[in-house]
Amino acid sequence: MADFLMPILTADMSAGTLVEWRKKPGETLRRGDIIALVETDKGLIDIEVFSPGVLERIVVAPGTTVPTGTVLAVIREERPTGAPVTAITAPPPIAPILPALQPVSPPPAHPGPLLPAEARRKISPLARKLVAELGVDPATIRGTGPGGVIRREDVERAAAARAAAPAEQPRAPLDRQTRARQAIGAAMARSKREIPHYYLATTIDMHRAMSWLAEQNQKRAVEDRLLYGVLLIKAVALALKEVPELNSLWRGSEAVRSDAVHVGVAISLRGGGLVAPAIHGTSEQDLGELMRRFRDLVQRARSGGLRSSELSDPTITVTSLGERGVESLFGIIFPPQVAIVGFGTIVERPWVVGGQIVPRPVVTATLSADHRVSDGHRGGLFLSAVGRLLQEPERL
Amino acid sequence: MGKMSYRDAIRSALREALRDDPRVFLMGEDVGRYGGSFKVTYGLLEEFGPERVRDTPLSENTFLGAGIGAALGGMRPVVEIMTVNFSLLALDQIVNNAATLRHMSGGQLSVPLVVRMTTGGGRQLAAQHSHSLEGWFAHIPGIKIVVPAVAADARGLVLAALRDPDPVFIFEHATLYPVEGEVDEQAGPAEIGRALVRREGDAVSLITYGGTLGKTLQAADELAVGGIEAEVVDLRSLRPLDTETVLASVARTHRAVVVDEGWRTCSFAAEVSARIMEGGFYSLDAPVARVCSAEVPMPYAKHMEDAALPQVPAIVSAVKGLLTDHG
Amino acid sequence: MIIDRRDVSHGPMLLRQMLLIRRFEEKAAELYTLGKIRGFLHLYIGEEAVAVGAMQALTAEDRIVATYREHGQALARGIPAGALMAEMYGKANGCSRGHGGSMHFFDAARRFYGGHAIVGGGLPVAVGLGLADRLRSLASITACFFGDGAVAEGEFHESLNLAALWTLPVLFLCENNLYAMGTELTRHQAQPDIRRKADAYAMPSEAVDGMDVLAVEEAARRAADHVRKGRGPFLLELRTYRFRAHSTADPELYRTREEVAEWRQRDPIALFTARLRAAGTLTPEALTALEASVEAEIDEAVRVAEAGPWEPVEDLTRDVYTTPWAR
Repeated sequence: MADFLMPILTADMSAGTLVEWRKKPGETLRRGDIIALVETDKGLIDIEVFSPGVLERIVVAPGTTVPTGTVLAVIREERPTGAPVTAITAPPPIAPILPALQPVSPPPAHPGPLLPAEARRKISPLARKLVAELGVDPATIRGTGPGGVIRREDVERAAAARAAAPAEQPRAPLDRQTRARQAIGAAMARSKREIPHYYLATTIDMHRAMSWLAEQNQKRAVEDRLLYGVLLIKAVALALKEVPELNSLWRGSEAVRSDAVHVGVAISLRGGGLVAPAIHGTSEQDLGELMRRFRDLVQRARSGGLRSSELSDPTITVTSLGERGVESLFGIIFPPQVAIVGFGTIVERPWVVGGQIVPRPVVTATLSADHRVSDGHRGGLFLSAVGRLLQEPERL
Repeated sequence: MGKMSYRDAIRSALREALRDDPRVFLMGEDVGRYGGSFKVTYGLLEEFGPERVRDTPLSENTFLGAGIGAALGGMRPVVEIMTVNFSLLALDQIVNNAATLRHMSGGQLSVPLVVRMTTGGGRQLAAQHSHSLEGWFAHIPGIKIVVPAVAADARGLVLAALRDPDPVFIFEHATLYPVEGEVDEQAGPAEIGRALVRREGDAVSLITYGGTLGKTLQAADELAVGGIEAEVVDLRSLRPLDTETVLASVARTHRAVVVDEGWRTCSFAAEVSARIMEGGFYSLDAPVARVCSAEVPMPYAKHMEDAALPQVPAIVSAVKGLLTDHG
Repeated sequence: MIIDRRDVSHGPMLLRQMLLIRRFEEKAAELYTLGKIRGFLHLYIGEEAVAVGAMQALTAEDRIVATYREHGQALARGIPAGALMAEMYGKANGCSRGHGGSMHFFDAARRFYGGHAIVGGGLPVAVGLGLADRLRSLASITACFFGDGAVAEGEFHESLNLAALWTLPVLFLCENNLYAMGTELTRHQAQPDIRRKADAYAMPSEAVDGMDVLAVEEAARRAADHVRKGRGPFLLELRTYRFRAHSTADPELYRTREEVAEWRQRDPIALFTARLRAAGTLTPEALTALEASVEAEIDEAVRVAEAGPWEPVEDLTRDVYTTPWAR
C-alpha cells in the first residue's frame, strides 16, 4: 500500500483544499491519471498519480483543507516503483548557521589591572560623557565590555563605589576614602566652575508640621514612625509641580524637563563622604512609603548596596543637616541636576503670630539653582510653595 | 617616468594590453572611428584594426552581455559603456550574469571581463548625464569596482583589471581626463583593493575616491593654513574596500570625514562610515561625517550644480564642525 | 521526411533520448510534489523533439546557451541525469554544486552555459561566445535556445542585429510553444510570424514542425551548416507545444483543455514511435527494453540525488570570486 499525499504544487504552498475526487475506490489508476482537483492560492489544479495501482481508500473528504504532505488516499500499488524516496514537506533538514561575514575588529584586549598603563582607554562615547557628568576619575574605572571596554554601567558602578564605605573588602579603607573625597571634590569643583549658581533662602514655620507629625507618630508603631525629613522631601516634590523647570536635567547645551520627580536625598556616610540616591517617583509616594524607602536607602548607602540607577536618576537633591548643625545650608548642585534644596536644623525662634511674639520651631530652607535654567523669581515661587505646603502637613 | 594626462594614461594601458595579449579587444560605442567619446581610445582603431577595436550599435545590454560571452569563450574583452548613465540599460547583464555566473555554475565558469565607464557630474550636463552610481555597483557581490583618481592609477588599475579573472568595473570621473600626473610607463599593474594615503596628517582622516580627491586635497591645504593637518586617504577601490587602511588612519586621527559624489542617502560614504563604526568605534572622538551630493537630480545651472556637488568649503566646514563640537 | 537509412540505430537512439527526457520530467514533477525539488520547475514535456533533434546538429566543440526550461537540452547534451537530479535537489553533487537548481544547469566541460532565468538574458552571452570563437578563428558554433516570449525583449533584437552585423557563428533557436507563460503569442506580438523577424536583420531563417524530431534534425543541420560555413547567424523557429503548465502550479486559465488535447495527438514521442514501428526499425520488444533502460537510468539518477551530500555552509561565499578575498 502506498500513501497518496497532498502534493506541494508551488514553492510557497503549505496547505491545499481537496475540492473533488475524480476517481472512486476500486478504480484502476494509470500513471498520469488525474485523481483529484485541489485548490491552492494559484487556483484549481488537477493532481495526478505517478505510479499505477488501484485506489484503495479515500482518507480526506472533499471540502477539507489540509497541510501539504497529509495523506489524502491510500493506493494499492501493482509493483514497487523506482528508487526509494521519502516524502518531505519542509526544506532540507539543515539549519544553516551563517558564519560571521563582516571583519569586525574588536578593540585590543584589556591588560587586566584596574589602572592600565596604556595612554588611550577604550571607553564608549556614552561612558565618556557620564564620566564628565558624574565626575568620576577614569583611572578608577574597570571596563567590563568586550576587550575591556569601559561602558556606562562601569562608570555608574564606579560612581557608586567611590562614595560607599568598604563593607566586606579588607582593603586599605583610607585609600578608598581619600579617593572618594577626591572624586567628590572634583565633581563639586566642576559644578561650581560650570554652573552659574544663585541662592535664595526662606524661613518656614514648622509648628503645624511638627504637631501633626507627633500626632501621627502616636498612632503608628515604632518602626513605622515618620521623621520630619520625609515631610520636607514630599513638600519639595510637590512644589516642583508648580515650578517644573527646577526638575530638569542639563543635557549638553540645554535643560530637558523630567516628567517624573525623583528626589535625591543626601546621605552622609560614616567615615566621611556623601551620596544622594533617588527616591523614585517621590511625588506619588505617601509619607509612610517615603519613610520606608528613605530608611532603606540610608541602610544600603551605608552598607554599599546602592543601585547605579539610584545614583544616576535624581532630578533634584535635598540636603539637610538634620538634628545637629547650623541654621542654613546652601548646597552645591549635583550635575546634571539644576537645583539643590537645603534645610538647616529646626530651631526654636521667636515668631510673630497675630501680632504676638510666640516661640515657634522654624527651619531655613534654601535653594541653590542654575541661573541658566531659572531665575530668582521662579526660585522664589518654588521656596514659597515648599513653605506653604508644609503648613498643611495632612495634605502631603 | 613623466607627466601624462589621465586619458593618455588609460590609452597607454590599453595599447600595451592590445599589443601584448591577443585575447584583448575593445568594444563600445564610438570607440573606433570616432576616436572615443572622451578621446581615450583615439588612434587605437588605426593601430589595431576593426577586429580588435569594435564600434557597437547602441545596445548596451547586449554588447555588455556579449562581453560576458566573449570572456567565457576565452577572450579578454574591454567593454566601454560611454557613461555610467547608460549602464542602467545594461544592469540585467551586469547583475544577473556577470556577477552571478561563477557562483551559479558552482565555480565552473569565470568571467574575466573589464568594463570602463565615465562617471560623475560638474559639466552642466543635467540630470540624465551626471550620475555617480559606483556606490550602487559596489553593492553587488561577484564584481569588482575600481575608481582611479590619478593618472598613474588610471593606467595601473586598467592593467590590473585585465589580469583579474573576475569582472572589474572601472569608473573614470569625466573631469579627470585632462588632469596630468606622474606616470611610470614601465610600472606594472596597481593592486586592486589597496587604498593609499595621499597626504599624512593627525587631526582628521579625509576619505574619498575618484573625482573628489582633488577637492579633498585642496580642502586639506586650506585646513593646514589654520593649523589643522588632515590625512587624505584615496580608496582607489570600492569593492574590495581596503578597510584596513581606513581604520589605521582613523586610529591615528580619531576623526573621519568621507567625501563622496554620490547622493548622501545610501551613499558609498554610508558604507565607509558603517565600517569605521564597526571596526574603529573606540578610536573615534567624534561621529563620522559625510560630504556628499545633495538629494536632487543634477541641476543644469552652474550655481545650482555647484551647490549640489561636494565642494571644498563643505569639506573644510565638515572638518571644523568635528573639531569645535567635540575636540 | 526520409528516415536516415545509413544508420538503423539512429531512430531508436533519438527515441530513447526523447523518452529519457519525458521520464525525467515526469519524475521531477512527482519529486516536486513531495518537496524534494523546490523553487520553480519548468517541464519540457511535449517539446522533446526540439532539444533532441537540434542537438544532432551540434558537435562537442559547439556551445550551448539555454533557458530555465533546459532539462531537455541538458540531457540531450549528455549531462548525466544524476548530476541534473542532484542539482534540482540542491545537493553538492549537482551539476552546479546545488547553487542554481532547476533553472541554472551549467556544465563547462560540455560547453553548456546555462540555464538562464531572465527571459532573453542568454542571447547576448551567446553572441559573445560566437564573437570569441570568431576572434579566435575557431570552428565552433553557438546554439542559443530561447522561447517565443523572448522575442519581445530588446535583447533579442539587439542580439540578432549584432550577430548579423558582425557575422557571428550563432544559431538562434526559437522554441515557439505559443505561450509566454500565460500570454499567447498573438497577444504580445504585432508580427507573430517569428521567423520573419530575422528579415529585419538581414538574417536567413526557417520555421519547422517542432513535434517531428527528424524534421527538426534536418532543419537544424541545414541551419548549423550555414553558420559553420562562416555565413553568419541563422534563426530557426521550432513550432512546438508544452503539454504541461508553464510551471508546477499554473491553473492554465489561458488555454483550453481542448487545445491541449489536440496538440497531444501530435505527441512527438508517440508520433516517432509509430513511425519507427511502421518502418520496422523498432520491435515491441526493443521498445520495452528501451523503456526499461530509461526507467533504470532515471531510478539511478534519483538514487544519486538522494545520496548526494549537502554543500557545507562554510562554503557559502567560496565561489563568488575566483580568487578568495575577505574585505
